[in-house]
Amino acid sequence: MSLNKTLMAGAAIAALALFSSPTFAKTLVYCSEGSPESFTPSLHTSGTTFDASSRNVYNRLVEFKRGSTEIVPGLAERWEISEDGKEYTFFLRKGVKFHSTSFFKPTRDFNADDVIFTFDRQGNPENPYHMVSGGTYEYFNSMQMPSLIEKMEKVDDYTVKFVLSRPEAPMIANLAMDFASIHSAEYADSLLDNKNQFDQKPVGTGPFQFVGYQKDAIIRYSAHPDYWAGKAAIDTLVFAITPDASVRYQKLAAGECHIMPYPNPADVAAMKSDPNITVMQQEGLNIGYLAYNTQMPPFDNPKVRKALNAAINKQAIVDAVFQSAGKLAKNPIPPTMWSYNKAVVDDVYDPEAAKAALAAEGVTDLKMKVWAMPVQRPYNPNARRMAEIVQADFAKVGVEVEIVSYEWGEYLKRSSDVKRDGAVLLGWTGDNGDPDNFLGVLLTCDGVGGSNRSNWCNAEFDEIILKAKMTSDVAERTKLYEQAQVLFKEQAPWATIAHSLVNEPVSVKVENYKIDPFGGHYFYGVDIK
Amino acid sequence: MLRLILRKLGLLIPTFIGVTLTSFFFIRLLPGDPILLLAGERGVSPERYQELLVQFGYDKPVWVQYLDYIWNILHGDLGTSIVTKQPVVKEFFTLFPATIELSLCAIIFAVVLGLPAGILAAVKRGKTLDHTVMTTALVGYSMPIFWWGLLLIIFFSGILQWTPVSGRISLMFWIEPVTGFMLIDSILSGQEGAFTSAVSHLILPTVVLGTIPLAVIARQTRSAMLEVLDEDYVRTARAKGLSRFRVVGIHALRNALIPVITIIGLQIGVLFAGAILTESIFSWPGIGKWMVDSIFRRDYPVVQGGLLMIAAIIMIVNLIVDLAYGLINPKIRHTE
Repeated sequence: MSLNKTLMAGAAIAALALFSSPTFAKTLVYCSEGSPESFTPSLHTSGTTFDASSRNVYNRLVEFKRGSTEIVPGLAERWEISEDGKEYTFFLRKGVKFHSTSFFKPTRDFNADDVIFTFDRQGNPENPYHMVSGGTYEYFNSMQMPSLIEKMEKVDDYTVKFVLSRPEAPMIANLAMDFASIHSAEYADSLLDNKNQFDQKPVGTGPFQFVGYQKDAIIRYSAHPDYWAGKAAIDTLVFAITPDASVRYQKLAAGECHIMPYPNPADVAAMKSDPNITVMQQEGLNIGYLAYNTQMPPFDNPKVRKALNAAINKQAIVDAVFQSAGKLAKNPIPPTMWSYNKAVVDDVYDPEAAKAALAAEGVTDLKMKVWAMPVQRPYNPNARRMAEIVQADFAKVGVEVEIVSYEWGEYLKRSSDVKRDGAVLLGWTGDNGDPDNFLGVLLTCDGVGGSNRSNWCNAEFDEIILKAKMTSDVAERTKLYEQAQVLFKEQAPWATIAHSLVNEPVSVKVENYKIDPFGGHYFYGVDIK
Repeated sequence: MLRLILRKLGLLIPTFIGVTLTSFFFIRLLPGDPILLLAGERGVSPERYQELLVQFGYDKPVWVQYLDYIWNILHGDLGTSIVTKQPVVKEFFTLFPATIELSLCAIIFAVVLGLPAGILAAVKRGKTLDHTVMTTALVGYSMPIFWWGLLLIIFFSGILQWTPVSGRISLMFWIEPVTGFMLIDSILSGQEGAFTSAVSHLILPTVVLGTIPLAVIARQTRSAMLEVLDEDYVRTARAKGLSRFRVVGIHALRNALIPVITIIGLQIGVLFAGAILTESIFSWPGIGKWMVDSIFRRDYPVVQGGLLMIAAIIMIVNLIVDLAYGLINPKIRHTE
């Protein structure tokens, strides 16, 4: 064969391989539960939006290791914290490429400008993008970033320094959260005449790049060919937006999608018996609780609260409300979180003892309200049912319960009132895997009249939490949080009910998928047979 | 005719004002607060809450908000969604073609089956066929849409695997919206198999959404036909020896159609209501699902703007129906 012929034959084979490749392209279809609000995570608070943006399109300086709450380097290869805990210096990864798409071609790699732009947009009202798309940065605000970040400094192209106004140990964990996803400053500059596009057509450094979104129907992504951690195993990622859980199940069963979130608890048994579906299960990073109003008598007496806790049959709740997919809770943080105190002993279910304890405190003929949330949440799949069980349990110790409920927004508002009448069923799912995100947010004096639904303000507890927040030594912090959990149990501002297990049905064709403890859906590292 | 049109158009103005008033105040009468719903369990500090109130313009007295709203409508601005921060008009027109496509298919399905069924039942009054049609219509009319949709999905998509479960087209295709109508866009895209896929995705939602109108049309056609079939002129036509087809199809049907057309016109409202559930079941990206979500999130601008647009469309359709009478029955045209 002449050289020419050889070359032509080679070219023909290459062309054939090139054009036939779509047939072999691996497409992963995820039946998502709703539509993203936009593609800029910092503007929103919903997991649905994060799945479609931060978790697959963007990276952060630090990230959570897949399927765990452990923090690993992301766009920052390493970081240093100053002695006084107020200066965080990040050394950025070199050679990281932004997505090159039909609507934007980057001319440079990721660098310190992108980090500065990301946080400047959220914190600086002068930033040209600050007010774009409504300009509400709720996570940035609720993590107290505006008062915490005193200044950001670009040391050089690959070094950024954050100077804080006070030591804040959870800072690194905060920077792994979705709102801290790094955007392209170059893309932002290119859109100064059409800023709205920035939040509708995302450009990130993440494993998947945005191809298109048809509102309420489909989002399409392709694998980022130059992803810094290596190209994803799948070529195309599709979100088929399917709001109804029963329909998601039918789609999964019919092979129209590979992974679905939030199955109906009632469907799980049938899913487990389907040979084409694997139901994955993992402990969620959450807690469902009943918060007494510790500022109203007789609930201001810890002994009364302890007695009521002993009257609740939590196992019956886990069986009936969680369909057994839950773990009894004794601490206010989930067992998968570091510093969880295993040594704490839970209140034992004992109606007789509870009755006696109430009588000893002079509490007789107690009438109280129990608030049942009107919505379904991972930490409480059926609050009404849970309230009914508590009502029956309390009746056994002579406490009469009236169940009340309100529309969700109204429920959140009224339940945070300091003068609220009754105990509230509510819960929490962790944001960043740091114990402060539970103990600090839900139980300190700062949260009274807000996220602290028990209105419990204990000086000793507050001091421990503050001390733990100021030190970055993990061993020291662990000790402090363990101590805080002991105090919590003694004081019992809540009845800790359960930590739920998360069920995620996936097609048997899916390989290497991991359930995220924060409830997110990440598709990097996933393959299909 | 022109005077009739102008008079009808004039009547639209007070209706329009009524719609703006009800949509604006009803959503505000519902308990719940968009800002608290956005914040969820996390909550917002009172200072931040105040800031957001000012930003959304909800700190002003309600009547000022209403006047602002009307002023903006007159300037062609229906507001911006609190949730997606996108203009309501843009979202509406992105999603509306999907609802129209589905509703049109459903009404065609209902008319094509409902009219003949009603005529047959009338002609065979009291016979088995009549009873069968009317019983089926009663069952269809009482069908809970959500249950019916799921049942069809489980049977046809799950067990028989004849139709896809949900969506507008197979995920193998990526169709850029040109007209927004998937049947048309799939042809325009030139991708092999796209049109067939779009049709197969339309079958179940069409049947589900068309079921109630089908039942209503069949019943209405039957009763209108029964009334007309007893008229003298029909007897005369029969006596003249005209074929059965001419008597029923021309002399009777044309007169029976007037109430039937009114009913078809009124079904547009029913279709929009049914679309809310049908779109939710079949993951159909239309305005029904969009409206429900926005009510749950207390996304005031979307609820107000969406309702206004839907009301406008229903009014226009009713106007067209009114005018259509004149075309079918010249008597009405003359008296007007």
